[in-house]
Amino acid sequence: MGIATLGLYNQAIILFASLALLTSFIMLAQARMLPLIFTFAWQGLLLATVSVLVAIVTNHPHLYISAALTFTLKVVLIPWLLYRLSGKLNMHYDAEAIAHPTLMLLGGVGLVIFGYHVSQSIVHLSGLATRNTIAVSIAIELLGMLLMCARKSAVAQVIGFMSMESGIFFAAVISTYGMPLIVELGVAFDILVAAILFGVFFFHLRDSFGSLNVVRFNRLSEANEPMPLPEPPAGEHP
Amino acid sequence: MSLLEATLAAPLIGGLVLAFIGHRPLGGWVNVAVGMVTFGASLAMALDVFAHGPQLSSGRMFYIDAFNVYLVVLTAFVGLTTSIFSRPYMRHEVERGRVTDRRLRLYHSMYQCFLFSMLLALSTNNLGVLWVAMEAATLTTVLLVSLYRTPESIEAAWKYFILCGVGIAQALFGTVLIYFAAENKLGGDRDDTLLWTVLHNSGGNLDPAVISLAFVFLLVGYGTKVGLVPLHNWLPDAHSEGPTPMSAVLSGLLLNVALYALVRIKMLVDASLHTNLAGHLMMGFGLLSFTVAGLFLHRQHDVKRMFSYSSIEHMGLITFGFGMGGPLATFGALLHMTVHSLTKSAIFITVGHACQLAGTQRIDHIRGLIRTQPAIGWGLLIGTVAIAGFPPFGVFISEFLLLMATMKSWPWLTIPLLLGFGVAFAGLFRHVQRMVFGEPPPGQLPVEANMLPVVVHLLLVLWLGLAIPGFLSRWFEQATLLIAGASPL
Repeated sequence: MGIATLGLYNQAIILFASLALLTSFIMLAQARMLPLIFTFAWQGLLLATVSVLVAIVTNHPHLYISAALTFTLKVVLIPWLLYRLSGKLNMHYDAEAIAHPTLMLLGGVGLVIFGYHVSQSIVHLSGLATRNTIAVSIAIELLGMLLMCARKSAVAQVIGFMSMESGIFFAAVISTYGMPLIVELGVAFDILVAAILFGVFFFHLRDSFGSLNVVRFNRLSEANEPMPLPEPPAGEHP
Repeated sequence: MSLLEATLAAPLIGGLVLAFIGHRPLGGWVNVAVGMVTFGASLAMALDVFAHGPQLSSGRMFYIDAFNVYLVVLTAFVGLTTSIFSRPYMRHEVERGRVTDRRLRLYHSMYQCFLFSMLLALSTNNLGVLWVAMEAATLTTVLLVSLYRTPESIEAAWKYFILCGVGIAQALFGTVLIYFAAENKLGGDRDDTLLWTVLHNSGGNLDPAVISLAFVFLLVGYGTKVGLVPLHNWLPDAHSEGPTPMSAVLSGLLLNVALYALVRIKMLVDASLHTNLAGHLMMGFGLLSFTVAGLFLHRQHDVKRMFSYSSIEHMGLITFGFGMGGPLATFGALLHMTVHSLTKSAIFITVGHACQLAGTQRIDHIRGLIRTQPAIGWGLLIGTVAIAGFPPFGVFISEFLLLMATMKSWPWLTIPLLLGFGVAFAGLFRHVQRMVFGEPPPGQLPVEANMLPVVVHLLLVLWLGLAIPGFLSRWFEQATLLIAGASPL
């Protein structure tokens, strides 16, 4: 059964899903801050488009709400928030050195294969379009996790986190045609709050560590003696 | 309004009110009052459930049975006693200049919102809402971990946020997979297939391949929040750097709620798989956490960190118990959840006072508690004796039950368990003994301490150790029947 035998809409779904996967790879290799944020917004747009397409094909009108949620959060609000914050923190033109970019991309390829392997066990329950898109959603989630692990900048970690969340949301859209509405709203609310909290944290981190590079966050560790705390000496207070 | 709705509404409204008045001296009292209302409502609800059996709310949003009702009461109770402790404690912190008015307001408001999200997670019938509430519990506490705004606390909060965020995202994926399996079997045109009662009633119909994949994701996700070992890194940091009342509720309550979620999922998975895959995975992770955390106890320098590792150890043991399954182990695990909550929050309250007394959290600098202020010294000593599992206390009974269950079904695993108990005991006492009995540094003065919550908690644990009251054992028995399918009594 080839892809050409599928309907036009289903082909489009596969196309946009694979484009979303491509954006995950671009994010993995993108060292500069602004393009990273924009790529993330593009991924959100692609996933929102897939949601709309799935809504049309399968006649699930409530998926339009999911698509609207994805669009508002992942394309407008969060990228705008990150853009504003990185502007305020003077990081627009920051580029971080990515250690072993080739290795990381190859690792990403491995994760995609792993995604397909994992989804093997559940494909017998669904059609061809879903079969591919489930694997893609798992891959997007895993690539987001890889981004979080591999990057040293707190902003990139947040983008990885949000990308993971997108992957999961995407999985829900294509495998089950969306979660119940109350759950989707709850998840979206949580993500929004998380995004705002991340913003608050950027300022705290910069104030405490002077940078958003997580390598510097090494005060709490099992290996070292903890540093002396700036406590008042004993007996100062009554 | 039903009693359950009252239990949920009280902390939510309290949180909103405290967002405006939390910094006033009145704020601490309002916090206590809200805790009392919540506890009262939950207790009344529990009596109702006790009399009339499980309750499904209209609209099937909430479900209360023997398993979660006692956790609801426990959460409300520890929330109340900790708020009683937190009022003078936070006032003291304000006087020391570690917390400003704005942050105090944030603290009081988030304290109640945190309790709300835990109660919601416990009482909801919808697995998706359960996830939302668990994530909300992280979001409400993350700013409290960094309340002091020291570099350490901010690093701890960041770690907590990122690691728990990633972890719990896996749980969301697992939830999606469960929904997928349910839609396939129960039909995609109904919108109630994520309700726990519906899933549980459909029994073994769900596709085993999808369900086992889902369980792996859910175990990683909620396991991160329980603090199971390869994923525990955030826990000692988050529990030790925040204000002490937060440490008490995080260690005493949040871990329980995460484990509760895991056990609920396990009940579904077991029904579908007809193998013990879920149980074996939980046993493995539980035993690993138990052993590793026991060893880590020995090399701690920070007293709150040390007791956080003790929490990991105990959660490991409980996970092991639930994983083993069987009526005896499940009964022991349920009891252990209760006594661990009560004892650990009592210990953190005492430790909070001890740290204010010594002006530091460093174990090396805390000395002679019993001479400077006998109440704190004895509190810490008795609390540690209780948590280490000495006979008259409830922890001994639950650990003994778990050990008996292990001997019955996995005899050779009693060896690592006994070794682990010994290692943990030594790890705790090598530090606590010096803190309690050592020579007090010159000029160490007593602080104003409210030991009432500690006394109440420890008396309850003692009571549970001497005789489990009839209504409680009937609850545990019903819960065991639910989870393990057979009665231990």
